[in-house]
Amino acid sequence: MPITSAIYGLFPDASSAERAMSSLDHSGISPKRIVVMSSEPFDEYSFSKMDEATPMPWLAVIGGIVGGTCGFLLARLTQEAYPQPLITGGMPILAAWPTGIVTYELTMLCAVLATVVTLLISTKLPNWKPELYDPEVSNGKILIGVLEPSNAALAEIENRLLDAGAEQVKLTGRALAG
Amino acid sequence: MTAKTPEQITNDLLRPLSGISAPYALWAALLAGMAVAALYAFFYQVYTGLGVSGLRSPVFWGFYITNFVFWIGLSHAGTLISAILRLSNATWRRPVTRCAEVITVFALSIGATFPIIHLGRPWLAFFLFPYPSERGIWPNIRSPLLWDFFAINTYLISSVTFLLLPMVPDLALVRDRSTGWKQKIYRAVALGWTGTPRQWHRLETAMHIMAIAVIPVAVSVHSIVSWDFAMAPVPMWHSTIFAPYFVAGAIFSGIAALILAMALLRKFLHLEEYLLPIHFENLGKLLLVMSLLWFYFVFAERLTTWYGNEPSEMAVFWVTQHGSYAPLFWAMVFCNFLIPFPILAIKKLRTITGTAIASFTVVIGMWLERFLIIVPSLSHKYLPYRWGTYRPTWVEITITAGTFCSMVLLYMIFSKIVPIISVWELKAGMHEEPHALRLAAQPDRVEAD
Repeated sequence: MPITSAIYGLFPDASSAERAMSSLDHSGISPKRIVVMSSEPFDEYSFSKMDEATPMPWLAVIGGIVGGTCGFLLARLTQEAYPQPLITGGMPILAAWPTGIVTYELTMLCAVLATVVTLLISTKLPNWKPELYDPEVSNGKILIGVLEPSNAALAEIENRLLDAGAEQVKLTGRALAG
Repeated sequence: MTAKTPEQITNDLLRPLSGISAPYALWAALLAGMAVAALYAFFYQVYTGLGVSGLRSPVFWGFYITNFVFWIGLSHAGTLISAILRLSNATWRRPVTRCAEVITVFALSIGATFPIIHLGRPWLAFFLFPYPSERGIWPNIRSPLLWDFFAINTYLISSVTFLLLPMVPDLALVRDRSTGWKQKIYRAVALGWTGTPRQWHRLETAMHIMAIAVIPVAVSVHSIVSWDFAMAPVPMWHSTIFAPYFVAGAIFSGIAALILAMALLRKFLHLEEYLLPIHFENLGKLLLVMSLLWFYFVFAERLTTWYGNEPSEMAVFWVTQHGSYAPLFWAMVFCNFLIPFPILAIKKLRTITGTAIASFTVVIGMWLERFLIIVPSLSHKYLPYRWGTYRPTWVEITITAGTFCSMVLLYMIFSKIVPIISVWELKAGMHEEPHALRLAAQPDRVEAD
């Protein structure tokens, strides 16, 4: 029993994929149901402009602040953890500059880790059973598809994909309508 | 001449992943043999004790710490250079970045093992971890060796993620073209990548953030390695010039290692159409700048010491200028400046072969530099009755040779598992600069970017 049904076309180049995207947009299909996949980024094409907004830089900053705080506390508390009074020959118990180094390194480490975690969560990776995928994408084809299309719209979507220049139109999860 | 199609690029760059040739197997076996010999030497040292090394009073830092500094420096080949090229949007970087990032991860991993080898009792390495031990002893935050622990681990984790993240789309590519058990493995490591716009945007944003973060981390790592020396009141060590001197030296040796790796990959993996003369030309120019900068630092350091005429420093100064360490010192000057400078400065000599030769001498010269920073100072400290000498034993030499062989072996294995040139980045570059791959059809042509 298939989990998802979708109709999609495989396009040989970005220009035809762009036409297909534009055509699907004009047909009134919700953009949330349109799927695009490619083996390389096409930043200069509009079909690649979906989901651009991300709080990732801010989360990296927050990660850095958390890491810096942990680094500072780690350095400070371990220096103070020795049984007191500690004979230091007049040297201060807390060494400011070295504390800064540990704080700095953990700031950067946590900023990097926050970036990686944000990337994995926001892209839903790892996900070894994606809703829709076609290995032809790895051969350079661009996949433009619609998730959960209504039966009534199937033929129209198929026509739009073929008109835009799809080399193949495929359906997953159900038989091709009439 | 026609440009390469994306399909051709994919096929070309995935070709090295299929099959193992007889020469490859032979080389791998030889290198693995050396790595096993190094492992034997290490366990012999663990079993017998650190006395089997040449480390004697007053020289307690020898080959191991030289190797540590050398490999950490070499690691600047990758992540730092790749991050700078990414941020400056140098379009010629695309075939170079992964070759470079791999060097970082392996060199850093090898470098980080040396302090543990040097411990003599490696099972006590956990003393560095800040945990509440029953002895009430906490790591000494004031010790530069502890700063190393934090800095190297931060750089290693950052570098590994900086290498792995952009590898995921290429692993998905290999997943879709492989079968059987290979496909199962690549399916697992590709994490289910499908290439949606959201995934591409997030990946590119993450790479941008990490490139920004990793540059200061890389600078901090080698600064901190230099402070292992500069924080100690040892002649010729206690100097404010050390941090920038080490960072410059690290980038210098890193670029040299990168050029060497690229030249070997180009020849043995037949990547002539991707690693073009222009890449060697541009990296050769960078190497030239770093050679000049290295000479400037050496001259500034030597001049200041000589002018100060402080007796303890002059003892080290003279022993390297015309004493027992002079042959090594002048070999270093030849390898780092006098040989590479004309090769890299004269355009006709700045060929693939020329830059590879210059890089080879620089790698040797930079290893000598690390040795000359450490050993002469320790063997000529303040009181002449404490002066001594250092002779490495077979154990240290075998471990050193073994790590060089391990580095090459790891690189060879990696290039058989993952495309050594980022396929998706190369193809993405075609949208921005469609002329670039036409150069591939004219591999001898050198053109300014």
